[in-house]
Amino acid sequence: MSLIIKNLHAATDGNEILKGLSLEVPKGEVHAIMGPNGSGKSTLAKVIAGHADYEVTNGSVTMDGADLLALEVHERSRAGLFLAFQYPAEVPGVTMANFIRAALQAGMPEGEEIDAVAYYKNLYEKLDQLGIDRKFTARSVNEGFSGGEKKRNEVLQMMMLEPSYCVMDETDSGLDIDALKVVADGVNSMRSPERGFLVITHYQRLLDYIEPDHVHVLAGGRIVRSGGKGLALELEAKGYDFLKEEGELATT
Amino acid sequence: MNSETAILDTGTREAIDIDRSKGDFSYPESHKFDAGCGLSAATVDYICDVKEDPDWLREFRHKALKTFEAKPMPTHWATKDLECIDFDVIRYYLSDGVKPTRSWDEVPDDVKETFERLGIPEQERAFLAGVEAQYDSETAYSNVKEELEKDGVIFVNSTEGLHEHEEIFRPWFGKVIPTGDNKFSALNSAVFSGGSFIYVPKGVKVRHPLQAYFRINSENFGQFERTLIICDEGSEMTYMEGCTAPKFETTTLHSAVVELVAMKDAKLQYITVQNWSSNVFNLVTKRGIAHENAEVRWIDCNIGSRLTMKYPGVVMKGRKARGEVISIALANSGQHQDTGAKMIHAADETTSNVVSKSISVGEGRSTYRGMVHIPKHLKGCRNNTECDALLINSSSRTDTYPAITVRGNQHSTQHEASVSQVSEEMLFYMQQRGLSEGEAMSLAVNGFVNDLVREFPMEYSVELKRLIELEMEGSVG
Repeated sequence: MSLIIKNLHAATDGNEILKGLSLEVPKGEVHAIMGPNGSGKSTLAKVIAGHADYEVTNGSVTMDGADLLALEVHERSRAGLFLAFQYPAEVPGVTMANFIRAALQAGMPEGEEIDAVAYYKNLYEKLDQLGIDRKFTARSVNEGFSGGEKKRNEVLQMMMLEPSYCVMDETDSGLDIDALKVVADGVNSMRSPERGFLVITHYQRLLDYIEPDHVHVLAGGRIVRSGGKGLALELEAKGYDFLKEEGELATT
Repeated sequence: MNSETAILDTGTREAIDIDRSKGDFSYPESHKFDAGCGLSAATVDYICDVKEDPDWLREFRHKALKTFEAKPMPTHWATKDLECIDFDVIRYYLSDGVKPTRSWDEVPDDVKETFERLGIPEQERAFLAGVEAQYDSETAYSNVKEELEKDGVIFVNSTEGLHEHEEIFRPWFGKVIPTGDNKFSALNSAVFSGGSFIYVPKGVKVRHPLQAYFRINSENFGQFERTLIICDEGSEMTYMEGCTAPKFETTTLHSAVVELVAMKDAKLQYITVQNWSSNVFNLVTKRGIAHENAEVRWIDCNIGSRLTMKYPGVVMKGRKARGEVISIALANSGQHQDTGAKMIHAADETTSNVVSKSISVGEGRSTYRGMVHIPKHLKGCRNNTECDALLINSSSRTDTYPAITVRGNQHSTQHEASVSQVSEEMLFYMQQRGLSEGEAMSLAVNGFVNDLVREFPMEYSVELKRLIELEMEGSVG
């Protein structure tokens, strides 16, 4: 049971960004993807989720055997894929409570209704866990949120929707150290043999709190190196330039 | 895709060709059905005869007909689509008696499904689909009626109003909106039937909103309804018109006139939710007069119709009077919502507020026209105008024409307008959370109108949300 990406090529406006990327994230594991700016990290996240701006020109993405690329965006979500956005969109006038409820409702079989009491109980628990004020539920989705609030909100939704695979796109950016700890605690509480994580980050810092099983370096649209947690520390110490020296960034 | 027209093929349309404006049932069989097509002095006489109008009203109608004939169409600013109205093929008075002309089995499945999904109660469905000639709300109404009678509130149809309560009806009738206000107010004045007449005595605060539904006589649902509401000093009342269920009209012209009078310290609120089938020209004149320290509020939701032209207004005639228009318009493909507000400040320290939100879907078009008038000799007047438009597709269209005339320097006005679009990124975000494109779109639209929907009574706001969902379903892809 894995999220398997094979030889993935994807382009936007005729520019190929992903150039034969392969990766396997089995359930129960946390994989980190690191890479310099422009290496294709965010593109990877969007392509997995099915953003219309990107065209997959070759390769495959499967989730527990299902062909993800054949599914609509919402179908991928309902199948258990969650993307924590780097820049979450605002939805004016729709409260957080209603939004999450609509998302949960959308994933339920036709004719079934959410139990409102149980829903709020669950929501409040998660809010407390993430140190978010309960009044937050009455605010419009992401509208007027600080950078940190937006990221916490992404993790809140992830906790509420209980996906099988979580792709987190630079969830650490814009977080101060306290917020980072809270977010990481939330993610860690979700780690389970039934769930896989793909954590995309620019900095090693996040990985101090969310300890990865594997670290991959993305450069020039491909995974150029894979290793254990130590690889992240090596990158932190030497910077991405050392890959260049070793010829691994030659294709960019 | 124009859903209502698609639902109604020619045969069906003929099958449901009845009008809900019931005439006076006491008239001879041979005489009560139909004024025939076209409009002439004879048509007006026919209506006067059927309705047993007093002489003053007959004269009033004939004068109005002349005014109607003399007035040009508002062509210089309005849409050319108005020219498509053929006044000669319209039936100006139609009554089919009390017997339904079709059975529930004959109602198209799509129509039934819409009722189902909107959660319209069984009996109302039959009425709305034209299966039953009248909506039997006797039980619901009797309690309300008792309470109203105790307080001396008059709530009858306009015909009964002018016959039984002429002393109150006549002094105000046609005074808020003169016959010659525009071509369609003149038309209504010539041929009106149906509508409500309400009088709330001094100091009476009516607890529950009054609904045309409560009245047994369904004449209210006519094409040329005429409503006059008077709230006497210090009284309070809310009136609710229409319902969120689609009205499967076959009559193509609806032209109502609604006049409101709020005497000193009175509060009058008029709520409309209309969902016309998309062959209807809905050309309505609505205006209220607010006397000293009185308040007139229009809360208006327009969905459907081929063309709606409606600009509810408030004339603030007394010191410290307040006027408010809150409106939501949704234009789908083949529809044009040309709506707005008129705020006429005619006394010191008067305050007006206009909040308008429009949604254009597919090739739908929405237009906001606002008029705010504050003359030089007044002082301390305030106006706030906000109009926000939401475009769903790149082929949708919205226009804003605010006309704010403020003379003198002791006033404050504020105008804000915005046009926004449901962005790709917003949709992607919502879809990633599991909402289909249609679900995401309706959630975004509901969010856009959310703060205004709260102004509607509870049942209406729930139905409104569901209605918006239904409207949005066919709009994507």
